[in-house]
Parts: sequence; C-alpha cells; structure tokens
Amino acid sequence: MHKLWASTYKELLLLSRDIGGLAILFVMPLVLVVTITLIQDSTFRSINENKIPILWVDYDKGEVSKNIYDGLAESKSFNIIGKESDSEAKELVFKGKYQLAIVIPANLSSELEKKVNLNVEGLLSKFGLEEETPPSHKSDLEKKEVILYFDPATQMSFKNSIKNGIDKMIFKIETQTIYKAFQSQITDDETEAIFDTESFITFKEVTPNIGNNEIIPNSVQHNVPAWTLFAIFFIIVPLSINMVKEKSQGTFVRLRTNPVSYLTVLGGKTVIYLAVCLIQFGLMLGIGVYLFPVLGLPSLDVSGKIPLLFLVALFAGLAAIGLGLLLGTIARTQEQSAPFGATFVVILAALGGVWVPVFIMPKFMQTLSNLSPMNWGLNAFYDVFLRDAGILDLIPELTLLFLFFVITTAISIVYNERKNAV
Amino acid sequence: MIQISHLSKKYKNNEDYSVMDLDLKIDEGEIFGLLGPNGAGKTTLISMLSSLIKPTSGSFTINGLTFQKNANQLKQIIGIVPQEYALYPTLTAYENLYYLGSMYGLKGKQLKEKINFHLEVLGLGKFSNKKLDTFSGGMKRRVNLIASILHDPKVLFLDEPTVGVDVQSKNVIIENLKKLNTQGTTIIYTSHHLNEAEQFCTKVAIIDHGRIIIEGAPNNLISQYPESHNLEDVFLTLTGKALRDHA
Repeated sequence: MHKLWASTYKELLLLSRDIGGLAILFVMPLVLVVTITLIQDSTFRSINENKIPILWVDYDKGEVSKNIYDGLAESKSFNIIGKESDSEAKELVFKGKYQLAIVIPANLSSELEKKVNLNVEGLLSKFGLEEETPPSHKSDLEKKEVILYFDPATQMSFKNSIKNGIDKMIFKIETQTIYKAFQSQITDDETEAIFDTESFITFKEVTPNIGNNEIIPNSVQHNVPAWTLFAIFFIIVPLSINMVKEKSQGTFVRLRTNPVSYLTVLGGKTVIYLAVCLIQFGLMLGIGVYLFPVLGLPSLDVSGKIPLLFLVALFAGLAAIGLGLLLGTIARTQEQSAPFGATFVVILAALGGVWVPVFIMPKFMQTLSNLSPMNWGLNAFYDVFLRDAGILDLIPELTLLFLFFVITTAISIVYNERKNAV
Repeated sequence: MIQISHLSKKYKNNEDYSVMDLDLKIDEGEIFGLLGPNGAGKTTLISMLSSLIKPTSGSFTINGLTFQKNANQLKQIIGIVPQEYALYPTLTAYENLYYLGSMYGLKGKQLKEKINFHLEVLGLGKFSNKKLDTFSGGMKRRVNLIASILHDPKVLFLDEPTVGVDVQSKNVIIENLKKLNTQGTTIIYTSHHLNEAEQFCTKVAIIDHGRIIIEGAPNNLISQYPESHNLEDVFLTLTGKALRDHA
C-alpha cells in the first residue's frame, strides 16, 4: 500500500511541476466544450436567430409562388433575398455565396389552376354532374419545374430537408386548389365552407418529464456530455506520453529492477489521472451551469443529477485511463503515442456518436459503435441528463466501462510481463 | 555469492553473441571489475544479472537465488546503478530518493534518515530540495548512486558509474563505494577507466567478444605480462589497439 501511495504522490508531483501540461489538460477541454456548444447551439434552437440567406427568383408572381414564399418565411429559418434573373442566382450559388436559390417558373399558378380545373371538370362529367363534357386540353398543359440551385458544398441532409419542405408546400397548394375547384363547381357561393382544408392529422411531440416539468433537450445538454466525454478520453494522450517519457528517461528501467509490481506503478498513475478526469468534469459542469448563461447559451440543468453524473464520469475516466495505460505500455516513443492517441480518440468519438448520431450511421458502423467505450459513456450521460435515469438504469453502461478498464489494464500488465520476462 | 554458468545472450538481428557461454564466480565481499572495449558484452552481462534482459541460454544465481523463482527476494538484495541517470528531472533529489526508496519498501523516519545521511555523505545535503534538472552531471551520478544503495543491498551492480563526471565527484563516488564494500556489499562494476579499476577492484575480468579472456586480481594480471606496467597495458595486449566502434 505504501508503494502505491508513493507512486501516486510521485505522479502528483510530476504533474504539478508541468504547469504548461496542466494548463493544456484543464483549459483546452473547457475551450473545446464552449466552442462546440456555441457553434452547435443554433441547430438546437427553435427560434432561429441565425437565418440562412437564400435567393428567390419568382417568374410566376402568382398564388402558388406567394404560398411557397410565405411558407419559407414562416419557417423562420431563412432570410429570403429576391433576385430578378435565374442566371444571376445560379452564378451566386455556384460560387458559394449562397447555399440555395429557388426559381419559380412563369405561369406556375395559372397552369396549376388550369390543370386542376380540367381534372375536376373531367371527374364531375363522369358522374354526370357536368352538362357537357369539356374538350380535353391536357396536352396543352406544360409540366412545370421549380428549380433548386444548391452550393456544391451543401450537406445532403440540408438539401433533402429543403426539397421535402417545398414538396410539402406544393402538395398542400395543389390540394387546396382541388378543393377550391370542386367548391366552384358545386356552389356559386364562394364563402360557403364545404370542405375543411386544414390538415386532419397533426403531430404532437411528447418528451420525458421530471415531476411536472417537461425535459426539453437543448444544445448544452447534448454538447456538454458528448464533448466532456471526448475531453475525458483525451487523457490518454498526456498519460501515454508520461509513460513513454519514463521509458526514455530510464526510470522505467530502474523500476523494473525494484521489487515493485507493474500494477502498483500503473495504480499510482490511475489514481492521479482519474482525479484529473473528475476535476476536469467538475470544471465542465461549472462552465455549463455558470458560464453558458453569460454567453447567451442555455444553462446546464444538473439539479439532483450531480452524484450520478460524477459516477458516470468516474467510470468513463477509468475506461479512458485503461486505454492510456495500454498505449503507454506498448508505445516506444512519443511520436508513436501522441498522434496515435489523438487520432484514436477521434475515431472512438466518431464511432461513439459524438459527431453524428449512431442511428443515422450505416448498419455496420452502428454495430461497430457498440464497441466504442465512448458510446457507452455517452449513453450513460444521456440517460442521466435527458432520460431521467436512476442508478439501476446505468448499471449496464457502467459495467461495460469498468470491464474495459480491467481488460485494457490486464493486457498492459501481461504485455509488460511478457516483454520483460527473465 | 554470484555463480554464472554457461550464460549466453544473442540479440535479435545480431549475427554474433553479445555474451558467449560465460562462466564466472564472484565471491562475497569482492569489488569485481568487468573491463572490456566497447561492445565487449559488459553491459549485456550486468543487464542479465540485474533482471533487465533475458539470457538466451545458461543460468546464474545470486546468493543462491534466481529471478525465475525468487524475483522479489532477489531484487530486494541487489542494487543497480544504471549508466543513464534514470531519475526524474523535475523532481528534487529528495523527492526522487523518497520515491525510489519507497519502492524497496522503506518508509517513514527510517527512509528520511537514510536519504539525508547519504545526501550528506555524498556532498549533496544542501541541494536536497533542488530539482534534478539543475544538477551537474557529477551531482546526478551521485544521486543515481544513492537511489541504488538506500536499501543496503548485498550486491551492487554499477554500469560505468563514473563516466562523464569531474575528478572530485569521481573521488567521492569511489570512496563511498569502498566504504560500502567494507560494510559487506559485494560490488560488480564496469568501467573504461582502467587506472580507476586497478586501484579500486579486488578482482577484474577482461571481456572481449562476449567471452572472458582473463580473470584475476589486478596485480596478478600485470605480473603475468612482464612487458606491462599497469592494467591498461595488459588490456591493450589482450584486446589489441584497433578501434571498436559499433552501431
């Protein structure tokens, strides 16, 4: 026990003497969380403060284009800039000045009305309600295309949501025009409400509750756990560098000649770096609770969750340290450990769902993400932050994180024993 | 005390053996010098005896113990002074020694007294709270030595303990090693300083190409070669004057 205590004290001294390293260890994760949360905040806000500027070319000037325009304006996502010509809009978008241009073709409203009227009259004549079968002019109708120009750098998800949105608006306009055409055929009184044109089916989002309060996820509750976990796992870089440094200084060689087990040496590192993880986590929670509101971000709600959050951070920290110990045991130089460690954390984060939610990943990657300790940690954090989970709900994830620590540490010890067997 | 039998070591990717079928007996209380040109196999032999590398074949015992069966017991009775400083540069001399002494199971007042005693004896008392990275080479060598003798080892291995140090530091180190020896510590050391070895060692072995060429008390070896005036003459006679650079 004394050897473990001495190892821990030595690690504490080594860390406390490296002021630059300490600053990086504590300040950089905070900078990371603040930066990412500020960037991602807009995507979580319902009231959009950062409207996307789009170009609008209206050759129709009719009811349909007005409806689409109003629909876009109502969404509060766009700042609509009118342009006179198709070619000017296209050039600006393709040069990357704007994400999108929408071109409404000429006579779209009148042609749509014409088409609907023809269809309605044709249908009514089949029922014998029309006095005379109208002559078919369908062949005279020209198909209309709403043209969308996208910046080539625009993400597919944004393209799809725009296309779906406009499609929905046009469908709604078509439906309303059809109802209107029927109404004009059936009654001469335009004010008489025969059809209810409002949507019959609507959506209601139900979110979990804590007591009577609804839990509404915001950017902070999504970003703080994800990026805190990312920062916790980044501990593998300084930890592995610390171990490689001991090898190059010759102190590891000296320790091999001492009657001390490798487990004790690793134990000292584990205690100190785990403390670093927990302090880091505490600072990040503090930032979320106190600094974010000052920056105009939503405050992090940790009420009644702090013990569980620290429990998750403890186990996530252990998993990260296990990985750091393994990397530090295997790597021979800092040139091996630092870039590998940093890149590997990014890969684990990507697999774990820190960048992109797991459910939209390809099937194979979804399966793979189950192997990422960051995925387990992130789920545990989301359980506490967003799903109002209790300690029993966390047991599967915490068990996995702990097993990961045990297995990586065991591999480190076995690897070291085999490599240095005499 | 130390009984080596047919000990060999061949490193991966090396064509030749670094230590070849070596037999040696070192008695208790001796100051035994392992001398030889660069690449002769001295450090490899000491590394095997101190459990840092695994022999390719052969065996050895120290005080009747082997690393295979009694690793911790054996590590507790030996001390190793490596060629590198093998200390933490950002820790003070005292902090380094406190940690390394603790690894031998020393603690509390006993450990503190031992550290302070050795620091004083080796002239580092007033520097105990200074960081290692502010120390000169000679001062680091002395701390390196203290780190290996805090637990009063029965056998002390030293790999070039006086390399790159000033005359005063060298003198302090050698004098303290002699004192340790009189207190019962068997000393096995490698060196390129043949005059130093001649004065210091009770017995030496000259190694070349992984084999012991000759072994005995320095004066006996010198007398075996009438044209030699000192150990260096014997050494050059036996190992030749050709350069022994190796990569």
